[in-house]
Amino acid sequence: MKSHTILLNINGEKRSVIVRSGDTLLYVIREKLGLTGAKPGCLNGDCGACTVNVEGWPMKSCLMLAVEANGKKVITIEGLENTPIQQAFVENFAFQCGYCTPGFIMNCHSLIERHPDAENPLIKEWLESNICRCTGYAEIEKAVKSVLRKNQSRE
Amino acid sequence: MEVIGKSVIRKEALDKVTGRARYTHDYHTVPMLSAKMVISPYGHAKIVKIDTTEAWKIDGVRAILAGKEYPLTGEAIRDRPPIAFDKVRYHGETVALVVADTPVQAKMAADLIKVQYELLPVVNSPSQAFEKRAPLVHENLGKYKKEEDSHPVPDTNIATHIKIRKGNLDRGWAEAETVVEANYSFSPSDHAAMETRCATAEILPDGNIIITTSSQAPFMAKRLIADYFDEDMGKIIVHTPLVGGAYGGKAAVQLEVLAYLASKAVGGKKVEVFNTREEDMITSPCHIGLDAKVKIGADYSGKIKAMEIRFLWDGGAYSDKAIDLTRAGAVDCTGPYNVPNVWCDSYCMYTNHPYAAPFRGFSHSELSFVIERTLDLLAQKLKMDPLELRYLNAIKPGNTTPTRVRLNKSNVGNLQKCIERVRDLMKWDEGSLKEINERTVRVKGVSCSWKTSTIDPNAPSGVILTFNRDGSINLFSGVIEIGTGTKTILAQLLAERLKMDVDKIHVRMEVDTQTTPEHWKTVASRGTFMAGRALLEAAEDVIRQLKDIASTVLRAPIEDLVVAKGRVYLRDDPTIGIDIKDICYGYQYPNGNSIGGQIIGRGSYILRHLTHMDPETGAGKPGPEWTVAAYGVEIEFDKRDFTYRLLKACTVVDIGRVLNEKAALGQVMGAMSMGIAFAGRETFYFDELGRVLNPQLRTYRPLRYGENPEYLVEFVETPQLDGPYGARGVGEHGLMGMPAALGNALSIAANVSLHHLPLIPELIWKTKEAQK
Repeated sequence: MKSHTILLNINGEKRSVIVRSGDTLLYVIREKLGLTGAKPGCLNGDCGACTVNVEGWPMKSCLMLAVEANGKKVITIEGLENTPIQQAFVENFAFQCGYCTPGFIMNCHSLIERHPDAENPLIKEWLESNICRCTGYAEIEKAVKSVLRKNQSRE
Repeated sequence: MEVIGKSVIRKEALDKVTGRARYTHDYHTVPMLSAKMVISPYGHAKIVKIDTTEAWKIDGVRAILAGKEYPLTGEAIRDRPPIAFDKVRYHGETVALVVADTPVQAKMAADLIKVQYELLPVVNSPSQAFEKRAPLVHENLGKYKKEEDSHPVPDTNIATHIKIRKGNLDRGWAEAETVVEANYSFSPSDHAAMETRCATAEILPDGNIIITTSSQAPFMAKRLIADYFDEDMGKIIVHTPLVGGAYGGKAAVQLEVLAYLASKAVGGKKVEVFNTREEDMITSPCHIGLDAKVKIGADYSGKIKAMEIRFLWDGGAYSDKAIDLTRAGAVDCTGPYNVPNVWCDSYCMYTNHPYAAPFRGFSHSELSFVIERTLDLLAQKLKMDPLELRYLNAIKPGNTTPTRVRLNKSNVGNLQKCIERVRDLMKWDEGSLKEINERTVRVKGVSCSWKTSTIDPNAPSGVILTFNRDGSINLFSGVIEIGTGTKTILAQLLAERLKMDVDKIHVRMEVDTQTTPEHWKTVASRGTFMAGRALLEAAEDVIRQLKDIASTVLRAPIEDLVVAKGRVYLRDDPTIGIDIKDICYGYQYPNGNSIGGQIIGRGSYILRHLTHMDPETGAGKPGPEWTVAAYGVEIEFDKRDFTYRLLKACTVVDIGRVLNEKAALGQVMGAMSMGIAFAGRETFYFDELGRVLNPQLRTYRPLRYGENPEYLVEFVETPQLDGPYGARGVGEHGLMGMPAALGNALSIAANVSLHHLPLIPELIWKTKEAQK
């Protein structure tokens, strides 16, 4: 099993890590870097619980090899601090068990940054890639729209 | 003196001479092995040979568990080998377990294990299992160890048979002026919690067994492992941190046993078993399926006179919790209606399907689909408004349940009020069918449900409260935080009772069975009720102790004291008092003398007056109270291709008392979303070999963002007098009526009678074609 040393720019820190060719980014950030916010839910891209942000785009970290992330800028849920979307999730009760929450928040966060003017169809297109089994989505919808609205009224 | 004076060997001695004693700097290097499973590719097959030669050649392999007979496991009947022995009984069953240094090595080795099978005839439905000459899933059913209230029938596939005999059926049919009869069926499906199940186990040199598990029932895991393997119960310590969704699926004990066996095979080293999504769906227990037959008789005014029901539950290959599910379905078999004459046979059937765990609602969404669809058929036949029919027959105080419990104003909610609110919220009186254009119609459907929680009559719940020196309180309860927010509710109850700031209450989220008082299992919407009662008792204990010490310090009788806002003070003169922080660790007089000590509150609750059921008639008190609810859905249906879109879904539930509004709404909406997906598209598809064809989240599809309807949720508050502040359970009820309400709406929309789940366009098309 061949291994490589890669350099990740993760949550603003440069981290050098030894990985196997076949290690996914999810495996490496959890097992090698101890960042367990991103969750394994299906390991084939169906559920979105492992979503992180790579170079400004949401990425299901189970679908990316760690070696592909070499030199790239990766942000995990641990890299967000007091963002409006996190606050909105808390205020709107947009989680219950919390397992899908880091992935949802990373996806929402990227959406808000990329498309501050997002309307319903675009929001749906982005967020339907994640599964939340607890809430029924009404609260998540409220949370993400509350942040988008705030941004839009500011512009 | 027998022990005092003796040189008892130190409790940590073994750790210290084996190098296993851990000091502060030792904690960041905890080695953990990984276990991967080999699972059965068939529904029913004899295991001819297992060849592990190639697997052993992989570096890092430490143990392979296969082909060995371990003690049988199972809650109600000991019928399940933890690792298949001799034959496999379902697709996904664990056949071998490989323990290796890393997950990759374990998986590579597992893939190299060669298992030779000889196919056996498959039992692919509970109806087939019930046939006289059906192949047997368990040849030795008569020889298994079992609990007293399980009634397996040897040489059949019947794991248990529950009977309800109430009133006189002949009289019922004689009084009935009209009768409807129908059959229903749906296959097993899954909980699909986002966190797949996971367990680790480690066996220390001193014999302590440390398990960490994603479970709703760590205390049951401890009890069962002690019992299965003859271990000392006090040496088993089960930890459960936050759980990533459960819905009943994590109430079964399974991976804990595998992790324990794996650790034992490698000299006690810590081993982790972590389900892949596919294993989580088929290897671990799933959501039960059902074949049912129901007959309802009523007079021309719509009054129900008799019900005859046969449930054949698809318990799958092993009976585990399916026995209790079979009983729960029988207990409330009529739905929330006053039915004087009831005959119900509820059978738990063995099949070659994945076995069943509890599923949110515990048989009640399933029985509601059957009963509520038939009620709509009855309404149709009587040419009566279906909501009116339900209102007329709604269960009320003074009525008796199928197991003959007499209801009163406390132990049953107000169903008629729920129905009235659904009528308003759904704008029912504007009509249930509206043509939008020649292709599209908007249609409404309704349903009702009720539920009591048939948990063990002696199930306990305990709470411990300890103070910090600043007067804040630590709260310990064995309730697992599975997403329901129950521990926050407990903090709210405590803050209310002690009239203190809720931020000064520190809730221990993790449970461990050694230091947390037991809460039987976090199931059955019983967390708030039982732990809430224990909490209130613990709060009384704290108040008593605070007043006790304050009475000495303030030189005032206990009766004159009040505890509130962080102080104990005189009722008639609040200026005379003392801060709790100055007495919660004892009180120190100016000269240094001290009295009292750290205040520790304790509370305990056990359900009262529950009984076992009579095996011949079912008579008995199976649960403490009945929560009732009414539901509606509105859909937009395309008459050309039978597709539909859910516009609105409505639930009105009598929860006694709302303790945390947003949390309660979240529980109901979340449950509705699960119910809608169960009704609309979630099912396992089996082939003729009993294989599940869709064990992935791309082929088995829970609701996604934007597919949800608009939720209309309201609460009715009829207090349950013995519940904390009058509250009833609310975790499951949003789900229970959804399949029936959707089935009723679609049946009206497509002008067919739908009797199966999931309600996909293809089913509607097939049903219509069959009608031609």
